[in-house]
Amino acid sequence: MKRLKTVISYQLLVISLFLLAVGSLFAQNGPADQNLTGKAGTFAITNARIVTVSGATIPNGTVVIQNGKITAVGSNARIPGGAERIDGKGLSVYPGMIDAGTNMGLLEIGNAVIGTVDVAETGNINPNAKAILGINPHMSHINVTRVNGITMAHSMPRGGIVSGQSAIINLNGSTQDEMAVVPQFGLVVNFPQISTFAGFSFLTGPRFIDFNQAIKRRDNRVKDLKDAFKKAKRYADVKVAYEKDKSLPKPKTDLKMEAMIPYVNGEKPIVFSAQRARDIRGVIKFANEMKVKAIIYGGAYAHEVTDELKKNNISVIYNRVHNNPNREDDPYDLFFEAPSMLQKAGVKFCISTGDNGANARELPYQAGLASSYGLSPEEALKSVTLYPAQILGVDKMVGSIDVGKMANIVVTDGDILEVRTNIKHMFISGRKIPLTSRHTKFFEAFKDRKLGGK
Amino acid sequence: MKSKVIFLTIISICLILPSLAIGQNVLIKNATVMTAVNGTKQNTDILVQNGKISRIGKNLNAGNAQVIDASGKFVTPGIIDAHSHAMMDSVNEISYAVTSMARIRDVLNPKDITIYRALGGGVTAANLLHGSANPIGGLNTVVKFKYGKPIEEFLIPEAPPGIKFAMGENVKRARNAPGQPRRYPATRMGTLEVMRDAFERAKDYKKKWDDFRAGKMRTPPKRSVELEPIVEILEGKRLVHAHGYRSDEHLNLMKLAKEFGFTVSTLQHGLEAYKIAPEIAKFGTGVSIFVDYWGFKIEAYDTIPYNAYILWKNGVVVSINSDSGERIRRLNLDAAKAIKYGGVPEQEALKMITLNPAKQLGIDKMTGSIEVGKDADIAIWSKHPFSVYTKAEMTLIDGEVYFDRKKDIARRSQLAAERKRLEAMEPNLPPNKRGKSKKPATKPKPKSTPVPEGGLD
Repeated sequence: MKRLKTVISYQLLVISLFLLAVGSLFAQNGPADQNLTGKAGTFAITNARIVTVSGATIPNGTVVIQNGKITAVGSNARIPGGAERIDGKGLSVYPGMIDAGTNMGLLEIGNAVIGTVDVAETGNINPNAKAILGINPHMSHINVTRVNGITMAHSMPRGGIVSGQSAIINLNGSTQDEMAVVPQFGLVVNFPQISTFAGFSFLTGPRFIDFNQAIKRRDNRVKDLKDAFKKAKRYADVKVAYEKDKSLPKPKTDLKMEAMIPYVNGEKPIVFSAQRARDIRGVIKFANEMKVKAIIYGGAYAHEVTDELKKNNISVIYNRVHNNPNREDDPYDLFFEAPSMLQKAGVKFCISTGDNGANARELPYQAGLASSYGLSPEEALKSVTLYPAQILGVDKMVGSIDVGKMANIVVTDGDILEVRTNIKHMFISGRKIPLTSRHTKFFEAFKDRKLGGK
Repeated sequence: MKSKVIFLTIISICLILPSLAIGQNVLIKNATVMTAVNGTKQNTDILVQNGKISRIGKNLNAGNAQVIDASGKFVTPGIIDAHSHAMMDSVNEISYAVTSMARIRDVLNPKDITIYRALGGGVTAANLLHGSANPIGGLNTVVKFKYGKPIEEFLIPEAPPGIKFAMGENVKRARNAPGQPRRYPATRMGTLEVMRDAFERAKDYKKKWDDFRAGKMRTPPKRSVELEPIVEILEGKRLVHAHGYRSDEHLNLMKLAKEFGFTVSTLQHGLEAYKIAPEIAKFGTGVSIFVDYWGFKIEAYDTIPYNAYILWKNGVVVSINSDSGERIRRLNLDAAKAIKYGGVPEQEALKMITLNPAKQLGIDKMTGSIEVGKDADIAIWSKHPFSVYTKAEMTLIDGEVYFDRKKDIARRSQLAAERKRLEAMEPNLPPNKRGKSKKPATKPKPKSTPVPEGGLD
């Protein structure tokens, strides 16, 4: 009898283990993955080459991580008792890379899986749409991207004319709050452009409108945009007036106008999506007229507008490296070379993938390509670390290996921009991140599969 | 009269022969040569005669050959893209489920700027495929990227003909969107039945012709431009390039192939091929993949960048393709990812963009590696081709230079000046500045209509 009981409990164990395994299989095949958040603690990476980015590279030194921050850097850094030591012999320590232009967490599968797409709200003017509220912390893009050394992303909504407010997130965390570094960073505006394109259908192919019509359409949209800004300014003025004099009629709360106040007041930046020179000039004119802080996102032909950009102190989040030039007679390598033209002209710039998130892991290779066509390797590295941090206003927090900064750190076995380099360790906000992803999971499951599945 | 003809013939032979020979005799000196078959050779020369590689060695004599100093540079075979839609004025004939009568050869534009940009990335040849809107699509064309030459010179006569098959989302979606006339098939079930039906019809068609040829029938059967290519598949004369993402689709196609006794040359995309690598190896088809591009639709959600490694480890011939006029410029870096993810050896990774696609396209006897006797299809790189800091400096096809970065840069100021001049002409001025220019009005520069790069590729 006792034996029977043992057998039954053994069977129960087997069945429950089986159910657990099936359960985890389903979890794996769901629309998202639980991103492992890693272990917090005190760490010391010793004997490593430290590429600080902000200063000289330290050929052999230690980086100490405590309470989520970098607490010591250098050849004589004191290692606190109880620190977990990581031997960095032959390895290099870099600041985590930052992709300053993505829709990370907002769009998982763009084509025909609408349930995973939260990137564009209905309508043209949506300043109150906040990316941070749409970001899925468990999206596979996050684990796939970060295991390539990217620790932070700027995630933007992209619909209509005023798309909404972007968020700066760490690529770690089980909740939106845990991920958020700057939950509402910038107001994203698709600056209206002259485009004759009027939609595509599989039945009839692309449709185009007349060029003069396209100009009118652009002008109307710019007017809509101006009207929205002017309305928001008036809204802000009325609110201020009411605060001073409560005898005035109490203004009704308008969520859209409310959301625009810090942007039309020039307190927070506006991220204008613009690629061509005339569109960038349009943004500069608009920003000066409205007295707002502008950042250019895209910047394909920003190299043609460098004087105006510099004069107005406008930086460029460049996202065109992996794109063909627009014109046939452009140099074949124009978009590889453009970042170096911006750098040489003294325009503040950074390189971003402009990707929805799935392929944001290409960021280091895009910087590398820009380097082979003109940027120095040092500038290329800065263009995906310190420069995006500066443009996103978080350079006091991240972007280099310096004491006091958030411990967003990547340890590699080679040049971080090279394809063949492997990431050996990584930390986000001081947590040691497991180097697993949706892709490593599937690799483990199938790498040794034999015929017949045995 | 007769002597006059002979005299003229001799004169013209004398004039033509040397010009053919001189143009294609090149000595690439002192390079690091990555042969793709016999390892990497330091400080090595490659002698090209009449467009073919005639010698590989040290301190070779140039003779009458033009010398290219490649000291400190890397040389690889020209890259071959086994999945491209470059040069194609149209991609999809969506109307029918079977469009084996549509020929890519008929819609090729030899002046497509994509060709030049691809040359700038070391690419010398490509498989130009019909789109993926149909279970059985149109007939592909394999070309060398001889930019500037008439279209006839792009074609590779020795390349076996091929055809595009497709399964999965694109086929389902092609004619089943709201507001469009519907077309069978709308599911993966129907897709297979369309293929099966086409092969059944082709078998009957073949029998009729066999009977006619054997004298059993007096009048010839009516010719079918739809079924002729499918008969060629059954006879082993036409290569099948089958677009598909999901592993179950690959398996079902392989079953169908066994049922009708044909072979599949490549599974195109094969994003889940790693899940059934042993089955694919046993069946013996090649796979042509994106190395790490993923997640753009649900059937592309399960792929992993280790796909190349797992397939290679199982002995499958893998190629890495672009399917894009942009990505085609950086296939060298895509090959490097096969090393990063899983650890494919360097030479095997190089093969994935050179010899392996050549094998899959049936042109590996003539191109795809640096070997004596092969066509001199060669890329010269400033640094190791798998480094992000490299760039293609020269690209040669049949020994002729089709891309030279130095010359490209030298020409830029002239192009910029020309552009400026054209922009200043009356018809090209913005409306508010017209009428002030004193230059005579000329015809406006014809504007090319943007061609969408196949939504269904």
